[in-house]
Amino acid sequence: MKILVCISNVPDTTTKIKLVNNNSGYDKTGVQWIINPWDELALTRALLLKEEQGSPITEISVINVGTKDTEPTLRKALAVGADDAIRVDAEAKDAYYVAAQIAEVVKNNGYDIVLCGIESSDYNGSAVGGMLSELLDVPSVSSVSGLFIEDGKVKLNREIDGGTQVLATETPFVAIVQKGIALDPRIPAMRGIMMARKKPLVVLPPADIEALTEYIDYEMPQAKSACKMIDEDNAGDMIRLLHEEAKAI
Amino acid sequence: MEIYCNDEHRLIRSTVREFAEKEIKPIAAELDESEEFSIELTRKMGEIGLFGMVVDPEFGGHGFDVLSYIIAVEELARVDSSQAATVAAHNSLGIGPINEYGTEEQKKKYLPDLCTGEALWGFGLTEPDAGSDSRGTKTKAVLDKGEWVINGSKIFITNAATEITLGSTVQAITGDKDGKKEYSTILLEQNVSGFKAIPMHRKMMWRSSNTAELFFDDCRVPESNLLGKLGEGSKIMLSTLDSGRLSIAAMGLGLAQGAFEMALQYANERKQFGKPIAKFQAIAFKLVDMATKIELARNLLYKACWLKETKQPYAKEAAMSKLYCSEIAKEVADEAVQIHGGYGLMKDYDIERFYRDQRLLQIGEGTSEIQRLVISRYIGC
Repeated sequence: MKILVCISNVPDTTTKIKLVNNNSGYDKTGVQWIINPWDELALTRALLLKEEQGSPITEISVINVGTKDTEPTLRKALAVGADDAIRVDAEAKDAYYVAAQIAEVVKNNGYDIVLCGIESSDYNGSAVGGMLSELLDVPSVSSVSGLFIEDGKVKLNREIDGGTQVLATETPFVAIVQKGIALDPRIPAMRGIMMARKKPLVVLPPADIEALTEYIDYEMPQAKSACKMIDEDNAGDMIRLLHEEAKAI
Repeated sequence: MEIYCNDEHRLIRSTVREFAEKEIKPIAAELDESEEFSIELTRKMGEIGLFGMVVDPEFGGHGFDVLSYIIAVEELARVDSSQAATVAAHNSLGIGPINEYGTEEQKKKYLPDLCTGEALWGFGLTEPDAGSDSRGTKTKAVLDKGEWVINGSKIFITNAATEITLGSTVQAITGDKDGKKEYSTILLEQNVSGFKAIPMHRKMMWRSSNTAELFFDDCRVPESNLLGKLGEGSKIMLSTLDSGRLSIAAMGLGLAQGAFEMALQYANERKQFGKPIAKFQAIAFKLVDMATKIELARNLLYKACWLKETKQPYAKEAAMSKLYCSEIAKEVADEAVQIHGGYGLMKDYDIERFYRDQRLLQIGEGTSEIQRLVISRYIGC
């Protein structure tokens, strides 16, 4: 059984974003790039599954659609434990473009399970996983917080209002995973970093696909206004400020 | 640092940073307060591979270059000097001499365990009367019936008295040659009869690292425990210290980086006179000076690593790095406390621990004065 984990290369979540080029992009200078946190959890779960005794998982691959700049992120995935990596050599233009590129690779390589993070922490589109399953014409399960293989059967947990839904599905399928799929992302060990040097990182030319959307303009959210702390004994001050400054009453 | 660092160096940095933030930071203050050496944390550091980083995989190591190891130490010290000290001392002083001078047999016997984090090894050089002047060494080793008989004592030996310490490399007088004392280094295992390793407590700094006094009372070890050749002790000691200086420098650099980040964050959050104190030039300029010193220190240290890696002479640059990184650690930690004001004097803030921890760096593995002496000889004084 082969697992493919889709990896998005995103700015570290503490990055301060500065818009450039008439707000059509952001300054990437000095940005620390990481594996999208949900994808990292997906990879961790895949590795745990493979390490189980008698596991049917034989191979874990990771894939990213991106330029050469994303290779350190893929190399980290290899250091964590993925067996091989694929980079589709193209700028990730939009969710459809990425999903369609990955779909081409999946069609040619026959993965049994494809894992996608529920969203990427940069664009938060939540679109690639669903599009990918549609393009592959395979089942997809969203908001997956548990992935198990019992007697060769795949079981998935989904968090729903007030409880957990348990699903079974045949392979191949796409699981769109969220927090809970693994407790903590795995930190690579030095040995893993060393071994990653020799693991294959295959670069594929992009398929001839057109993006459906284009990013035109970004806006920074308004800065949070300062918070005024009022002593609990001075309720009168609060009413005055709500009336005079906030004009809420 | 693009000229010295590649993608793998950056991955090592982010990996060790993540580990240190997750596993060390939450318990560093508590371990410092209780003066506790943590076997569990040492084991975890071993699990991610922080021991034996530059050792050949054939002997259980990971086969990285010097800079990779230095970056790892730097990132540990950015969070906690005690754990950085455990790693730096074990790699540079414990593993280093065995890796550099050990016979094939000695390497095979000791290195695989020492590279796991399950066992530690000390380096016994300093004595009560032999600090900067190692010629004051009194510990003696005499050959008797195919065994070295060792008598004497050592002090301030890192990692030498933990429950997982396997032994120490001991420098001892092994004879006289042309009126000069002849020094050799001998491997001594912890369980040898007549040997005692006593942990030293009530330290001002590095309180959760292990520091020991060693006592040798007719300790007998096989003749084959000689490390390197007879009379090579001074050479082994000097080359070990050259290499060790890089890791102490990394500790200074990492500590300075951590102190700077704390000061910057505090200065942006702390408001006085209606705005964050970072917006006042008096504070901003302090932070600028800190950042500039750190940048210079990193350039110097990484250059020294590059020289070592490319097999060029690096002793001068190693001494300069140790001197400069440890001195800026003092300056940066001092100004970081100043920026924190009264809060910086409280144990609730990590900067208080950093301020204490930096103080060793200008003393250990050659004082700042000895570094200047070493450098002066290289620049033609």
